[in-house]
Amino acid sequence: MSDRLTVRKTYKLYLGGAFPRSESGRTYEVHDTRGHFLANAAWASRKDGRDAVVAARAAFGKWSGATAYNRGQVLYRVAEVMEGRAAQFTEEVAAGEGLSTAKARAAVDAAIDRWVWYAGWTDKLAAVLGSTNPVAGPYFGFSVPEPTGVVAVLAPQRSSLLGLVSVLAPVLAAGNTAVVVSSKERPLPAITLGEVLATSDVPGGVVNLLTGDAAEIGPWLAEHADVDAIDLAGAPAPLAMELERSAAGTIKRVLRAATDEPDWTADPGLSRLRPFLETKSVWHPIGV
Amino acid sequence: MTHVLDPNALADTSGGTGTLPDPFADVTRSNDAFRAFLHGLPGVDQVGAEARAKVLGTRSIKTTAKAWALDTAISMVDLTTLEGSDTPGKVRALAAKARRPDPTDPSCPAVAAVCVYGDLAGVAKEALAGTGINVAAVATAFPSGRASREVKLADVRDAVANGADEIDMVIDRGAFLTGRYLDVFEEIVAVKEACGSAHLKVILETGELVTLDAVRRASWLAMLAGGDFIKTSTGKVSPAATLPVCLVMLEAVRDFRAATGRQVGVKPAGGIRTTKDAVKHLVLINETVGADWLSPDWFRFGASSLLNDLLLQRQKLRTGHYSGPDHVSVD
Repeated sequence: MSDRLTVRKTYKLYLGGAFPRSESGRTYEVHDTRGHFLANAAWASRKDGRDAVVAARAAFGKWSGATAYNRGQVLYRVAEVMEGRAAQFTEEVAAGEGLSTAKARAAVDAAIDRWVWYAGWTDKLAAVLGSTNPVAGPYFGFSVPEPTGVVAVLAPQRSSLLGLVSVLAPVLAAGNTAVVVSSKERPLPAITLGEVLATSDVPGGVVNLLTGDAAEIGPWLAEHADVDAIDLAGAPAPLAMELERSAAGTIKRVLRAATDEPDWTADPGLSRLRPFLETKSVWHPIGV
Repeated sequence: MTHVLDPNALADTSGGTGTLPDPFADVTRSNDAFRAFLHGLPGVDQVGAEARAKVLGTRSIKTTAKAWALDTAISMVDLTTLEGSDTPGKVRALAAKARRPDPTDPSCPAVAAVCVYGDLAGVAKEALAGTGINVAAVATAFPSGRASREVKLADVRDAVANGADEIDMVIDRGAFLTGRYLDVFEEIVAVKEACGSAHLKVILETGELVTLDAVRRASWLAMLAGGDFIKTSTGKVSPAATLPVCLVMLEAVRDFRAATGRQVGVKPAGGIRTTKDAVKHLVLINETVGADWLSPDWFRFGASSLLNDLLLQRQKLRTGHYSGPDHVSVD
């Protein structure tokens, strides 16, 4: 046995490209499935949620204005950095979800593959979801998909990495910026993903990761007038209905939660890209 | 060039505050005497001022107190546009915003004044007719103040003729920093005279004065010369308004009133962008000079983007949920 002292970690939030403590100063203990202490995580408050929305709004112009090709390159780079951290992710997924190392490694691989898959979608969305419309007149009619804006994501509570990637990557691939509330009991892969994002080429503020309770921060994000859409993947059933109702006050796009957490390994198709895109149609005169 | 100033001559020309208040009747008899007076003011403990401003900035203002602070701060705003690209249209838009800062909420107070360049004061005056909102115009070769006295005075007269209720003048920082205090003093006196009935705000441009001692001296100089307000900055120089600078100026107006009985207002300008900053200033006033200054007659914020942040916070208090920049005007 080594006689080194254990380095006990107290993680922080990932917000606006920096790693601040929660404004509230709160932290909570994260345990593995057998109840052993893993680390301390920041316990985000509604004001962290508010700050995250400000950061996401500020980052939106640059991220949504980048070329689709560029966004794809940046997201692919994220997958590269994730690959380098695969061992750490595996350890955290295994501890948090109670999986064997082999199964955890498979989940991590699937998450990285999922990220690469979404990175490839950035410059294909316009071709697949856009169109040149037939019109009866001397005009062109084009429809093009555009990002919705700032998306609040309540990440899945059980699948701490594959689930998180499956809800976050499509939001980014479509050109939105995100405020993510991680799984409460299993936040460590989200924290590591924040470190990955900070050291890849994703501009600060495009992704803001809050560790804490979706039931506490979710209502504030659902009501927030500067949030354009909300993904309720990680909200338990009664909360999800309440959030959907309050999101109606500001006419948000709402992606409903499945009654039970879905099998994240299944091919998602466009089901998570389409909800966070708006279709813009343009009429343009022909000739001269 | 003579530095001898006859107090009686001043009284003849400027009407209002011409004669120096009693205890200071002869401090401006010569530049040397004035210099001796200003340098004889108590020194400012810079570390202490910064610590005091910082500790007051940590006060937590919530619920009803916050609601009061928001409305008070809105009513203290001098809504400002001082760009080379200003147009009559932009000034009219600003005036509309000054009257009804939040069109969705009639209970939202109007701002104190609209601050523009002198040539646009007429446009602002017309757009604000009958509202009780003042028109403030910057003058005296704003923002640098580098012009001859004739040009500066002509600038002031022009702004007043255009209908400005308040004149924001800049002091000659070059003269101040080289110790020609009496020149600066005489210039302020002359501008005050040219203002007629318009209120005079004296911009010290504290970012160029370097030390807090110089800020205290400039504050006293401006108050002795008859300024109705002392203002931190033009907004064109960084750093602009900071809490320690504002603290020193508030102490100066407090001491000046104690010595002479005349109350002078304070206007921090530039760099105050968030509600939190504004509330910190209100706390600073209350703890330094007391509630007498907690009114738009005696305290103003020179700002443009601050108003939007105040409105967002106000909407949050009213609706219970966070608002966003889509719900206030783009200036």
